Amino acid sequence: MNKLAFSLVLGKIGIALVTLMIVSFAVFFATAFLPGDVTEILLGQSATPEAVAGLRHAMNLDQPAIFRFFLWIGGLIQGDLGVSYANNMPVADLIGSRFANSMKLAAATTLFAVPIALTTGILAAMFEGSLFDRMVTVTSITLISVPEFLVATIAVLVFAVYLKWLPAIVTVSEVRSFGEVLRVYAMPVIVLTFVISAQMIRMTRAAVIGTLKTSYVEMALLKGASRCRMVLRHALPNALGPIVNAVALSLSYLVGGVIIVETIFNYPGIAKLMVDAVATRDLPLVQSCAMIFCVAYLLLITLADIISIIANPRLR
Amino acid sequence: MENLVEIRGLGIKAQTDSGRMIDIIRNVDLDIPAGEIVALIGESGSGKTTLALSIMGYLRPGCRFGGGTISIAGQNIMALSEKQRASLRGTEIAYVPQSAAAAFNPALRIMDQVIEVTAIHRLMSPEEARQRAIVLFRALSLPSPETIGDRYPHQVSGGQLQRLAAAMALISDPKLVIFDEPTTALDVTTQIEVLRAFKDVMRLSGASGVYVSHDLAVVAQIADRIVVLKDGQVQEEGRKADILTAARHPYTRELLAAFTPTPAAGAKADADTPRKGYILEVENIRAGYGARDENGEPRIIAVDSVTLKLKAGQNLGIIGESGCGKSTLARVISGILPPFSGSIQFDGREIAAAAADRQREELRKLQIVFQHADTALNPLKPVGEILGRPLTFYHRMNGKERDDRIDQLLDLVHLPKSIRYRLPSELSGGQKQRINFARALAADPVLILCDEITSALDTVVAAAIVDLLKELQKELSLSYLFISHDISTVRSICDEIVVMYEGQKVDQFPAQALGDESNHQYTRLLNASVPRLDPDWLDNLDISGFAAMGR
Repeated sequence: MNKLAFSLVLGKIGIALVTLMIVSFAVFFATAFLPGDVTEILLGQSATPEAVAGLRHAMNLDQPAIFRFFLWIGGLIQGDLGVSYANNMPVADLIGSRFANSMKLAAATTLFAVPIALTTGILAAMFEGSLFDRMVTVTSITLISVPEFLVATIAVLVFAVYLKWLPAIVTVSEVRSFGEVLRVYAMPVIVLTFVISAQMIRMTRAAVIGTLKTSYVEMALLKGASRCRMVLRHALPNALGPIVNAVALSLSYLVGGVIIVETIFNYPGIAKLMVDAVATRDLPLVQSCAMIFCVAYLLLITLADIISIIANPRLR
Repeated sequence: MENLVEIRGLGIKAQTDSGRMIDIIRNVDLDIPAGEIVALIGESGSGKTTLALSIMGYLRPGCRFGGGTISIAGQNIMALSEKQRASLRGTEIAYVPQSAAAAFNPALRIMDQVIEVTAIHRLMSPEEARQRAIVLFRALSLPSPETIGDRYPHQVSGGQLQRLAAAMALISDPKLVIFDEPTTALDVTTQIEVLRAFKDVMRLSGASGVYVSHDLAVVAQIADRIVVLKDGQVQEEGRKADILTAARHPYTRELLAAFTPTPAAGAKADADTPRKGYILEVENIRAGYGARDENGEPRIIAVDSVTLKLKAGQNLGIIGESGCGKSTLARVISGILPPFSGSIQFDGREIAAAAADRQREELRKLQIVFQHADTALNPLKPVGEILGRPLTFYHRMNGKERDDRIDQLLDLVHLPKSIRYRLPSELSGGQKQRINFARALAADPVLILCDEITSALDTVVAAAIVDLLKELQKELSLSYLFISHDISTVRSICDEIVVMYEGQKVDQFPAQALGDESNHQYTRLLNASVPRLDPDWLDNLDISGFAAMGR
């Protein structure tokens, strides 16, 4: 890697860190100004004002918001996510297993969706204007347009209620064999694949078609190269930047945006945890979840940027 | 001699945007004898590239064969399947593209692309291919032939890439090499090196060639036969000497006429009435691009301490090769790129560096016309609105008054009034450039900066634009700052010529003094590098005396 590429990569990482700072600020103050007071929820409506004041003092709620922000961010940097208001457990313990579950679902979906989406996109580009290409375009636009709760509900209706092939809800604790894993994960993974593939397919197709029209691909044709060689060796490496970015954007959805899918399949993931935490005014938990989503998103986007930089021979 | 390629009654159709099929190649017969180089010459849109590519059995998307036969060594390529055609490409027939910079894949090393043909057709082992490539690199006089292949395309110069593209074509010992305007995008001095290299390797390999070009002088150096194309039909063909000395077709004569030396403009200007002072005085301009250091100097200096003066009513030409800073200078004078030091006096007063700080009246009097009318004209606005905008902006014209002035402007640039309702995309290249120029005229300027305005046009069309400029100058008493890389165009319109090299002004002289002994050696190198119609020009040319000029 040369100096220019190195400084570009450093710049991207720097921007990600600055973004993270701004987001943490926004997350903290947005949640801090949410209506409702956690002490009243914890102590019940009949609590004496003294008890409320005592608890507020114990939870640092009587301190200025900016002081609490630095307290919170200082804890985050040391890996201390704070203590849940609702059940007095460390937030890290609450999130731990849920986060692992979400990552499993995301990983399964990635392994399934990315190869399928890229292959479909590349094939559609290779046979631009063919029946196959038009079918891919129509299907992917349809899938983008249909809300995922509808896809998920229809999937449950067909596969769980009528066909009875797959369980309607995911009970992770009962999974023992590999066959079980497939059965349990099949429906959420398929629904999520529908949701995130459409964008990847369309971006891949557009990027590859763009490079297929360049002079160097025509030159490859005039050297007698096969269609396969033209696409895989000449077009694809130059279309990598936009494709990687589309993949990263789609995958980032798997971290924070899966709430509907987790709810419908009753999947014990982190997005569902966050929604439950909002209901109980459990601010440390909400903040931590929000920060995790943000970190995951920034990681994916920054990684995509770095891959595009490294893939460019002018910067290598 | 036996013919390697025989084309009979070839027709090619293309689909227009509106879905209509039109003939772009009509009933063409063409023979290419073994071992000879045949030149296809014609203006853009004449079908020369389409015809050349069809010999490889390839048509660009949107085109289709409309009859006839193309036989190569007795085999009709049109009767073959796509797979069989692919097996001929690269092996029997090879292609050297117009722009090697675009034809090399930016993501792959040069060597991998040069020897790719041998991998596709399994001709030899990669090691053998690499050795062969190095031999070719040496024959094409490329620098460091052993290692140049390890670089990426962006790491070598344009002239080197063009020769590497020739190596890519010759690696498999093809029977026929198709050169598609391979030197058009190069500077004249680079063109000489590349042409010499092509000529030498073609002589060594004994292959036949098709050389597509619009430049008769280039073709005169390298071809054995010349075929003149216009509107998809062969107008005239014959041996080189016959075409150059005894052309029968009017179009060929027109092309040849473009080479008869035009009188330098300077002579006429002196005869004119004596002029008042200077319209433009540029002093010690330094400008560039990139991040600025603590003194405000940009990292890349494109124009370095340039001083020049232009008398009112006269024309100043600026010539130089790509990257010499001549377009940057125009951007500085127009205020698009403020310089970091130096001053600009216009019409007797110092004007602000940035266009935003200049007064409307100053902006009005100093107009710029850009090279590419395609990108300079808003594609969504009809011609009338394009011309109407400066009229409203500078002269607050509206309604009937504005409409009348638009008609006048169209008349000035010799276009019909009806054209005002058309979009730029519905005009030809020459028409677009006239609109581009009329827009500058709409402001009633006293000085027009013309930045390579004829460079993207065909010879005959460009000559018409230059005539228009001269005529308008007389009528409207304009001054031009005329920037071009084409010495003969500059010479025909300018009174004074400035030569730029690597951001600096290296020479300045009256137009009629071009070619004198008093010229700077770089000016002489530029002048000597312009191709002449004489077929022996390239072989006899000795520019070794200029080698000191740091290239």
